[in-house]
Amino acid sequence: MSTHHDAPHGWRRWLLSTNHKDIGTLYLIFSVVAGLIGGAMSVVIRMQLAHPGGTLFDGDWHRYNVFVTAHALTMVFFTVMPALIGGFGNWFVPLMIGAPDMAFPRLNNISFWLLPPSFALMMLSAFEGAGAGTGWTLYPPLSTSGHPDASVDFAILALHLAGISSVLGAINFLTTIINMRAPGMTFHRMPLFVWSMLVTAFLLLLSIPVLAGALTMLLTDRNFGTAFFAPAGGGDPLLYQHLFWFFGHPEVYIMILPAFGIISQIIATFSKKPVFGYLGMAYAMVTIGGVGFVVWAHHMFTTGLAVDTRAYFTAATMVIAVPTGIKVFSWIATMWGGSITFRVPMLWAVGFIFLFTMGGVTGVVLANNPVDVSLHDTYYVIAHFHYVLSLGAVFAIFAGFYYWIGKISGREYPEGLAKLHFWVTFVGVNLTFFPQHFLGVQGMPRRIPDYPEAFAGWNMVSSIGAYIAYGGTVLFLLVVWRTFTSGRRVEANQWGSGATTLEWTVSSPPPLHSFETLPRIGAPPPVHNAAE
Amino acid sequence: MTRPVLAWAALAALCMLAPTAFAGEPQPWAMGFQPAASPTMERITSLAGFINAVIIAITVLVSVLLAYACWRFDAKRNPKPAAWSHNTVLEIAWTAIPAFLLLLIAVPSFRLLYFMDRVQNADMTLKIVGHQWYWSYEYPDLDFKFDSMIVSDDSLKPGQPRLLTADNELVLPAGVPIRLQMTADDVIHSFAIPAFGVKSDAVPGRLNESWVLINEPGVYYGQCSQLCGVNHGFMPIHVRALPKDEFAAWATEAKHKFAHLDGTPPSVAVALAPVAPEARP
Repeated sequence: MSTHHDAPHGWRRWLLSTNHKDIGTLYLIFSVVAGLIGGAMSVVIRMQLAHPGGTLFDGDWHRYNVFVTAHALTMVFFTVMPALIGGFGNWFVPLMIGAPDMAFPRLNNISFWLLPPSFALMMLSAFEGAGAGTGWTLYPPLSTSGHPDASVDFAILALHLAGISSVLGAINFLTTIINMRAPGMTFHRMPLFVWSMLVTAFLLLLSIPVLAGALTMLLTDRNFGTAFFAPAGGGDPLLYQHLFWFFGHPEVYIMILPAFGIISQIIATFSKKPVFGYLGMAYAMVTIGGVGFVVWAHHMFTTGLAVDTRAYFTAATMVIAVPTGIKVFSWIATMWGGSITFRVPMLWAVGFIFLFTMGGVTGVVLANNPVDVSLHDTYYVIAHFHYVLSLGAVFAIFAGFYYWIGKISGREYPEGLAKLHFWVTFVGVNLTFFPQHFLGVQGMPRRIPDYPEAFAGWNMVSSIGAYIAYGGTVLFLLVVWRTFTSGRRVEANQWGSGATTLEWTVSSPPPLHSFETLPRIGAPPPVHNAAE
Repeated sequence: MTRPVLAWAALAALCMLAPTAFAGEPQPWAMGFQPAASPTMERITSLAGFINAVIIAITVLVSVLLAYACWRFDAKRNPKPAAWSHNTVLEIAWTAIPAFLLLLIAVPSFRLLYFMDRVQNADMTLKIVGHQWYWSYEYPDLDFKFDSMIVSDDSLKPGQPRLLTADNELVLPAGVPIRLQMTADDVIHSFAIPAFGVKSDAVPGRLNESWVLINEPGVYYGQCSQLCGVNHGFMPIHVRALPKDEFAAWATEAKHKFAHLDGTPPSVAVALAPVAPEARP
């Protein structure tokens, strides 16, 4: 291969990179760093909440709110999204559809390099003045008149940059998937991970601009005397909530759809059986993405919306349970009749199905407005969305890591240590979040730095769980270190006959230019489309 | 299918009832709702119990299928994988059955939603105003209002729960429908009392409405449920519900104690009692 003449080396390889694999690696490293910081913040929060009357913040409750805000922003925008979309998406969408690279390589570079300044602005928002203690939703008037220093401005600008990064990435993915599939790779032959990225990219493209609009109005309300959200000037704080959640609800599917894609690939690979109901799986994701745009006000059930409006949003939200159920049952049906090997990626994938189901069913509870009146803004909600995100999306990230790290690095992860990582994390996160359901139904509100003595028991359990889970994260770092220092070299296809997608046809790690000649996908169709 | 569902429903109901002592406040290690103290909360508890039974059944079903698949189709037990990947009947079933279950949940859910929304014939109105970081309560029918602030830890009397006790309790009559109206004068707060099944945001520039009928006299607690700044965790809602006649007596007294709605001092109190001696330098 004579690619040496144009292969950049040293810092130029990374800073000026236009290669989807190198950019994907940058995203993954960025995500791990941000995840460690965001995770450390959550441990600080749990230390404060381990006992009633916690003294960790020395009575500076605003600092506590700043931690809660920064934890959420870090995890959503700088950990989960970069890992799933920028990291695995960049690495494997071109490989899976047989494309030489992303459609716009330079745009891809900008998408990544907007993130570090965005993260820096977000960290500054925690340190400027009193710090942004608004919660990640930045609701006015708390984020306008309630924060006179520039902290919230930093947060707004951070989200603007992250939003631009995401929209550019989305354009890139859409163009790549629509135009650069290898000959014979029809839409209905694309691997489900590519389907998930296609839907995710549409969601990003349509929802992020609405967030940008809301944030810009917030910025001018704060600095230039407008009153979009200020009742004294004829504005309405609820307008912001509508705009925010019109973005915010698709955003949660942006975080979970790529996870669905990864899990589908892994379950099929380790069951040595094609994904059950391929078309149903693909269109379930399309349905979830579509319906995800018309359910936003279930985040606003207690804000005083008209009762008919709330009835609609209750109904629409419950509808989402149907395609989600299709996915869960189809994963189990994929395993049914298979010949399953429980390598580490499969452990995480099975763990994902179980935990995502638990998070999903509590979503049905919350979808019901009458019950949500009791549970809204309590720890039940915290438990629910951590089950789908911290235990769903993050489990999928780890599943994807173990599934693909051999392909990415050319080296095998240490199996025993990786299994330990799984079990420690599994125990830790469940211990953290399951008791929070109980706290929520008993009425413990979110975002409080201290709580009545009656809540002490389950909070203690939850904190112990958080410490165990963070111990799991330390094990993960050990796994990474061992992989790169002493991992066995792996061949092109380390998983055997179950791994049928195109990334397993190139060497590990793949050459700088993945495909010297375009692969042809013809008859017989790829196994993903296999009929009975 | 019915019997396991019923069994789970019974188990879920047991979990709900676990804390036996009647109290309008959270209990240590409790796993269910606080005991219902209003018709709304009774209905929420029963709807949630039903939904809980359904979701526990679904979770158990998924777990059992998953565990069985992991055991039965382990490569050691099943070395040769099957090749099928479709089954139309199954796919229709797991689309239609969940849809039917959701419909089953939706019907009582909508009925309760409209029941909770408004009350037609309220006997009195309470206006609640959220501030950073305390509540003020206005009694428009009785023409007085007062602020209610947290009692700090070192001023608590024995038996008063920390972070839930307020200096001026919100006193309400039991057994009568009360219209609640919420607003705020700085940022968004949320007025929540778990035992009543009440939670409604207090939004500046808006007047939200809810209602409650308190079943029994007693003491009930809630907390602000919308992040509102540094002391968000320190603006409790402390309710004392009195029998109707005791409430009337309290109201008469309160008129002498608290300012009028327009902010003028209580007229009778000024007329009868001269300024307290210790207030003079």
